[in-house]
Amino acid sequence: MNRRTILGTVAALTLATGLAGTALAQDTLKIGAVGPKTGPLAGGAEVSFWPNVQLWAHDVNAAGGIDVGGTKYMVEIIEYDDQTNPGETIKAVQRLATQDKADFVLAPYSTGLNIASAPIFQRYGYPMITHTAISDQIEDLSNKFPNMYFLLGGATGLAGGVVEVLSDMREAGEIGSTVAMVNVADAFGIELAEAARPRMAEAGFEIVYDNSYPLGTQDLSPVIKGAKAAEPDAFVAFSYPPDTFGLTEQAKIAGLAPKAFYTAVATAFPAYAGRFGAAAEGVLGAGGIHADGDAFKEYAARHMEVTGQAPDFWASAPTYASFQILQMAIEGAGTTDREKVAEYIADNSFDTIIGPIDWDENNANAKYWTVGQWQGGVFKGVASTGRDGAVAAMPKTGWE
Amino acid sequence: MDILITGLLLGGTYALIAMGLNLQYGIARIMNLANGEFLVAGGFAAFWFYTAGQVSPLLTIFIVAPLAFALNWLIYVVMLRPLVRRAKSRGQLEVDAILTTFGLSFLSVGVMLALFGGDYFSYSYLARPVQILGDTFALNRLTAAVAAVLICGGLWLWLNRSRAGMSIRAIAVAPDSARLVGIDVPRLSALAFALGGAVTAVGGSLISTFLTLDASTGVLFTLKALVIVIMGGVGDVRGTIVAALMLGLLETFVATVIDPGLTLAAAYLMFVLILLFRPQGLFGRKTA
Repeated sequence: MNRRTILGTVAALTLATGLAGTALAQDTLKIGAVGPKTGPLAGGAEVSFWPNVQLWAHDVNAAGGIDVGGTKYMVEIIEYDDQTNPGETIKAVQRLATQDKADFVLAPYSTGLNIASAPIFQRYGYPMITHTAISDQIEDLSNKFPNMYFLLGGATGLAGGVVEVLSDMREAGEIGSTVAMVNVADAFGIELAEAARPRMAEAGFEIVYDNSYPLGTQDLSPVIKGAKAAEPDAFVAFSYPPDTFGLTEQAKIAGLAPKAFYTAVATAFPAYAGRFGAAAEGVLGAGGIHADGDAFKEYAARHMEVTGQAPDFWASAPTYASFQILQMAIEGAGTTDREKVAEYIADNSFDTIIGPIDWDENNANAKYWTVGQWQGGVFKGVASTGRDGAVAAMPKTGWE
Repeated sequence: MDILITGLLLGGTYALIAMGLNLQYGIARIMNLANGEFLVAGGFAAFWFYTAGQVSPLLTIFIVAPLAFALNWLIYVVMLRPLVRRAKSRGQLEVDAILTTFGLSFLSVGVMLALFGGDYFSYSYLARPVQILGDTFALNRLTAAVAAVLICGGLWLWLNRSRAGMSIRAIAVAPDSARLVGIDVPRLSALAFALGGAVTAVGGSLISTFLTLDASTGVLFTLKALVIVIMGGVGDVRGTIVAALMLGLLETFVATVIDPGLTLAAAYLMFVLILLFRPQGLFGRKTA
């Protein structure tokens, strides 16, 4: 178990100089944060989730705290490592509710851990604004758990975005109609591949190579060689971080260089460009963001300054936005009563760093980024379901 | 031909993963569940030296090897020797060692998290194509496979030709009788354990040139190593090499000819079959 308390220096100074008159204990809101620090998803959480927890707490406290009905409250973050184990996530939320008496708990990281812990969030009445849950069961989930909100979108939208980008490129005469598609044999990869197949067929694409590989495969060269032998016009991989890196490297080595090359999770990580440098240029990936927008640029600079690392170009900003929404809802409702805050979230729209957020009938954000592309060292959004700032996708010109 | 070479390269990778555990488990009789963590630590050292100072991972291994050797020696002497002394039977030692090293693996993950965070460490080294007999392969995988051949060959020669090596093999076969013929069992066990740790860490450095690691991936490698060591026969260098190559060839064959989704199933099918028909492993001796 990992427990750490963050109180900004500014906050401490403010209190020390006596600007805040009342006792310290009453001036803090306890906010729980549960997510992987170890286990298979720790690498992703260290990029998209934990730095944003730190940044948000820093920002809130630097601004003097959260305003609840006229009184300013500093936030105190209580962190737990769930070891990427759903059972541990549930236990940690329970502990936060009963022992630490947390006022609110931030939604955990990843689709699986969010779905697993939704019932326990519901039981304690914590509003759950998910930032990294991608599922096509949003309707079911929101019926069962009315306190659950979704920011990052659904599998259908993500897969649909890929087909949309490929269709546009084909219309522009940049690629033909053959696609090699592979996926990691895990919930995320299977769901996206299944969502993509009928849409590809409908759009007139022919899938010439269609295979999956187990999670943690140590040699992906047979996959790439098989895809290359099919001579596709586009390569699409619904992959997880380690295989996103592995597939790209093998494609580079084997000379698989179609005009459209797509890998999923982690393509938007700064580490991807860090590893492949100029070769990353033109690679398509899941996610994206309005990278040229001032809101993102300002956020990225602050992220770098406070956490010492750059945000990714997909889930980082929505994660921060989900914390912003919680803060705005507490301030808007003027109370720390969880039920009232949850009500406030449902009834309002929010202006966040990723733009305005409205909820559809399933408490989901219907406007999200689906595909991005590395262009000039920045991963820019090229397709979305209604966000502003998309740039046109360009054909990839080899790996050099 | 393509399948053959790809499979052999993958087998070389597996041999690197498993050889260290074989020395530790087969000879020093410590079932080291923290083995994978040392592999990851070796990989991190290579990553750090490469990104901070552009030091080639092929040079880093000469720093990693003595460091890992010293650290593992220390772990053996401080943590594990008391268990060896106390244990009344091999079975009891195995249980104690598993519990201790299980704890050690958590500790190692925690230390690595604190030192270098939970982020993926990934870099590009020798990610260039090479042509062998008309097919294209990755130079970094080829390098690792060649290093595996050198390391395994060196170990085999040392174990079979040198006096210390033969003494070590004697310990693997009969630890109690070895003492009767004047072999310093405690010292050589520590040597074998430390050597195993060094080989694992060097393997990690080489593997990190083409696999993406993070602080908590160690357990995956421990499991793979365990499967290979048991298939090949505990305490036998030849067995580990043969099992690693078989596994590499089988996985590549299945991925290329049948379906990449079935590689894991095929690997475990082979594991089960070997356990059914040769429970002592390919080169293992029957225990009475």
